[in-house]
Amino acid sequence: MFRRLKPQGQKIQIFFDDQEIEAIEGENLAAALLAADVTHFRSNPVSKQPRAPYCMMGACFECLVEIDGQSKQACMIEATVGLKVGTLKDISGVDDE
Amino acid sequence: MGSDYAIVGGGIVGLSVAYGLLNLGETVTIFDEGDLAFRASRGNFGLVWVQGKGMKQPAYAKWSRNSAALWKGYAQELEEATGQTLSLQQDGGYGYHLTEESLEQEIKDYTWLKEQLGGDYPFEVLRLNELKKEEPNVGTNFAGAVYHPEDGHVNSLQLFRALAKEVRRKGAKLVTSVTIQKVETAASGFRLTDDSGKVYESEKLVLSAGLGSMKLGPLLGFKAPIRPQRGQVMITEKIPKLMNRPSDTLRQVNEGGVQIGASAEEVDLDDRETPATLAKLAREAIQIFPDLAHVKTVRSWSALRIMSPDGLPIYQESLTCPGAFLVTCHSGITLSAAHARLLPLWMEGSHTAPELDPFGEDRFNV
Repeated sequence: MFRRLKPQGQKIQIFFDDQEIEAIEGENLAAALLAADVTHFRSNPVSKQPRAPYCMMGACFECLVEIDGQSKQACMIEATVGLKVGTLKDISGVDDE
Repeated sequence: MGSDYAIVGGGIVGLSVAYGLLNLGETVTIFDEGDLAFRASRGNFGLVWVQGKGMKQPAYAKWSRNSAALWKGYAQELEEATGQTLSLQQDGGYGYHLTEESLEQEIKDYTWLKEQLGGDYPFEVLRLNELKKEEPNVGTNFAGAVYHPEDGHVNSLQLFRALAKEVRRKGAKLVTSVTIQKVETAASGFRLTDDSGKVYESEKLVLSAGLGSMKLGPLLGFKAPIRPQRGQVMITEKIPKLMNRPSDTLRQVNEGGVQIGASAEEVDLDDRETPATLAKLAREAIQIFPDLAHVKTVRSWSALRIMSPDGLPIYQESLTCPGAFLVTCHSGITLSAAHARLLPLWMEGSHTAPELDPFGEDRFNV
């Protein structure tokens, strides 16, 4: 379980797969999701293994999530009011087999 | 005390030769430069590729096919010995052509090559409707592909790792993070001096230093007329299976990312990337697989090919310093199997050694 070192700041709501989550405005999105006990960010498209943030600094691409229909690194994004985040769908037109 | 062989250059070429020499019972010491070197072994595209090789020199087409044919057994042996998975796939590959003119020219060139080889050169031309059956995700805005059944690809970083592990296990000495600055003949063979002044000795010597051979080659009587040629590469995020077979510009690696590449620039020893070239590669990739437009690139890099004037490998024993061998090529992955299985026989003067005359340096005499 993760807990915030400095829980100060404006509390906001964000969404992960339509589930409401409490976050702090401007905090690192990957950190906010981890603090809300989200540990399965996505599944590896080849091995299907569950994945979660690893490097937290933009290098490993393990924390990819979908925002506005695009894959984004959660660790490189700030939490903003009402932000809608989801697990990645497979890219269009590509068979998932 | 020295080894039977000193191998200058511990990239995939040097390690492949080392592996083969160790299998023949020779002792080897491998010298590797480390982070300062240009390291084509880490930047390459990872193809085991026959297509496009020897379009003007059938001997090179044959040599590449020999190596491709040896690859399966070679990979299996390395996998069993090291427990590494090399992800070798050899069930054909494509050369995509964006325009009808370029496809027509390619068909002419392959038809000539096939004639030169007495008809023994398999390839097929796939127009879009035929190609679509093999690769359902291709687009509709290009000419088609040449298919070669012997082409394939491998996880070349795992190959590198497996070779480095296995040559150590077989007793090779690896001297890493040194630059060999001087090579000269000595009473019992060769004397090598590194950048800290330390001296090593060996009976024979293999120069497989990639671009480093430009400087070291002449010290041993080689012409070593090689030059760098930059190639830029990028890799996407991991995605579900998009393509079944690799091409010389696009391949989906076993971990799921799509590798995009195949630029060629004459820029001397400059291994930086340029946005313009990467953008062009991305555009062409999307023209062939439109779904790639939705996929993010996660990394890009460039590396320097080691090119001879005619693009063929150079295999030459020194005329002035017998026992010194120059081994250099731009297809170190494809030729890894031949370098491990066949080149050591030539170095050891075996009667089963392959015919390597077309790859000697006298072809550069004017």
